[in-house]
Amino acid sequence: MSRAFKVLTFQAATLVSCGTMMLAVAAMTKAAPAPAAAAVAIGNFTFKSSVVTVRPGTTVTWTNGDDIPHTVVAKDGLFKSKVLDTGDHFSFTFAKPGQFGYFCSLHPHMTGTVVVKA
Amino acid sequence: MFDGDDTGRRDFLKCMAWAGTGALFAVSGGVSTSIGLDAALAAPLKRSAAATPFTFVQLSDSHIGFNKPPNADARATFREAIAKVKALPHQPDFIIHTGDVSQLSRDDEFDDADQMLKATGLPVFFVPGEHDMLDPDGGKAFLDRFRKGSKGAGWYSFDHRGVHFVALVNVADLKPGGMGNLGAEQLKWLKADLAGRPSSTPIVVFAHIPLWTVYADWGWGTDDSAEALKLLARFGSVTVLNGHIHQITQKVEGRIAFHTARSTAFPQPAPGTAPSPGPLKVPPDQLRSMLGITDAMFVRGHDRIALIDSTLTA
Repeated sequence: MSRAFKVLTFQAATLVSCGTMMLAVAAMTKAAPAPAAAAVAIGNFTFKSSVVTVRPGTTVTWTNGDDIPHTVVAKDGLFKSKVLDTGDHFSFTFAKPGQFGYFCSLHPHMTGTVVVKA
Repeated sequence: MFDGDDTGRRDFLKCMAWAGTGALFAVSGGVSTSIGLDAALAAPLKRSAAATPFTFVQLSDSHIGFNKPPNADARATFREAIAKVKALPHQPDFIIHTGDVSQLSRDDEFDDADQMLKATGLPVFFVPGEHDMLDPDGGKAFLDRFRKGSKGAGWYSFDHRGVHFVALVNVADLKPGGMGNLGAEQLKWLKADLAGRPSSTPIVVFAHIPLWTVYADWGWGTDDSAEALKLLARFGSVTVLNGHIHQITQKVEGRIAFHTARSTAFPQPAPGTAPSPGPLKVPPDQLRSMLGITDAMFVRGHDRIALIDSTLTA
């Protein structure tokens, strides 16, 4: 949970009568619904959530549910997991906004994207 | 038994009939899936006086370390495959292993495979599969053990009794969204390797991932294989042997015969018949009928390559 979000929530609570502020909070919630932790399951040789949208500071965790090992490798080299055998997981925290494509370096037809939006 | 044209052929076919206790597959000039022995000769070759008869065996996808359904012990089935090789009445000159030697590139997995293969007393020529590239250095453990002195990611060539063998690596530096990949450096090497060789030279190319597109949705192909095949097109006889997909597929295109081998560890589904290419979880009593080895024969006077696939049950 980011600091900005907490502050806004506090303000919203203390300004119950302020309709516009409530709307602002609602709009923000809508724009970035994902919590500070997000999960991507790997199964059937796919990243189950091929696009996940998160806020900056969110830690994304991939877990391999296949009987075959996979990896999670950023296209731009930002992150690279070791090989994930069945049940293994890999986490990466996305500090900055942007669009981060990744793939499995063993089965490169497996691709996914993490969208980080403030 | 390989001497003399007619006698040789008869004996050869008898030999194939023996081997045919397993599944017998033929790669011939046309679209042939017939089991008939007359059709069981491989892609037509130009006569090449230099080629003398011999056999070699292809093993593939041993996945040493794999221990999940449908095979709790991939070491045991690899040992059975090797016993099958040792029991062949005509001993092969050598073995090729078309990759995925290990499940996770662990030292103990490589070591066990190495020891089991060394017990055959036969030379073994390897190419890595993607499972052999999983050490922190991206394939160094495999190359140090099995392909010291090879070029780039592990490619090389050699000649054996008039046949030119080319080992290609299409599991290194894979591109997002792509399939297998040879890369510019390897293609450049291949061009130089083939240059100057007479077109009558029989060529055998082996690599892990199929060098033609078997099924793109599962990545069963090699993005830049067309460039390699272009370099091979002038040769009278080209046989391409691959693994990776754990089942037999075959195709003939011009003078190039393509063939994929069974795994010795676990079968995979036919293209598009399952949600994913993961292991086919067959019942224990069926497993060994879906694992096997490939025996390749060059016969003088016929100048054709016969590929005989047999299962671990045969």
